[in-house]
Amino acid sequence: MSEPVTALGGVSSDARIAAIAEAPLQGMITLRADLSDSAVKKAAKAAAGADVPGPGTVHLGDESGLCWMSPDELLLLCPYAEVTETLERLQKALVKTHALAVNVSDARASFTVTGPRAREVMGKLCPVDFAPDRFAPGMFRRTRMAQVPAAIWMSADETFRIVCFRSQAQYVFDLLTVAAQPGSEVFSDGKTPALA
Amino acid sequence: MLILTCPVCGVTAEETEFHGGGEAHLTRHGPGSSDDEFQSYLFMRENPRGVHFERWRHVYGCGKWFHAARCTTTLEVFGTYPAQTTEPPKDLRKTISQKRPGWTWRDLT
Ligand SMILES: [Zn+2]
Repeated sequence: MSEPVTALGGVSSDARIAAIAEAPLQGMITLRADLSDSAVKKAAKAAAGADVPGPGTVHLGDESGLCWMSPDELLLLCPYAEVTETLERLQKALVKTHALAVNVSDARASFTVTGPRAREVMGKLCPVDFAPDRFAPGMFRRTRMAQVPAAIWMSADETFRIVCFRSQAQYVFDLLTVAAQPGSEVFSDGKTPALA
Repeated sequence: MLILTCPVCGVTAEETEFHGGGEAHLTRHGPGSSDDEFQSYLFMRENPRGVHFERWRHVYGCGKWFHAARCTTTLEVFGTYPAQTTEPPKDLRKTISQKRPGWTWRDLT
């Protein structure tokens, strides 16, 4: 039996303006389907324990949840150990529906950026307004981190979760640690203001 | 900086989150078309100073294609609209007429 490991073995870096850490293994299922279809809504809700979120938002439970990726795509989060079983349930529920569900857990890497200056670190890397009144827990954003795609949400007031491709894990970790270098604070009061 | 709003997911971002897809509303002449039609489909493009219509893809975001109307000199974006259309919507053309009276693009005014 193989032993599943994360892309970077759970690296972290604390002595920075925000704490950077690779997140533990996370079950992730990509679901592509017509999200307005009630059969799809029902199946996704049953699998994730959360309602289908609207554009740009995420519905998270304790360990499971649904992220809105595009008008025909959801990212389902669940405990890593339950992903096979969850996928089977989802596929069974959608057997008569035009839909595609795939386990992508091992094709992704995931990071957390934590601390009062986490917004500053993220703001250096993405073309996104991360002021507290523009981006908050409950929102979900797919964007670019320097040169690679990333999906971002906040799991708490000062904690970002990032999902990227596994092959780009080292690049993203390096980006984050450089953007969080000691002495690289952006705002003297530590409060990220709105852009406009 | 060119700032676009994706009509599919509603996200507004600067152009590096998107990817340009060239001129909008081309007719794809394929098998059965005349040489002239095929040649014009492959090679002939507008190159306006001012109002222009383009295809863009929200490549780092929702991944969907859409259309954008913008000014090539000022980078002002007049509006974005769905990919599933063969010509710019009337209300957008009206908006452009207010901002750039007398504009033309192909046979549109
Ligand atoms: Zn979009």
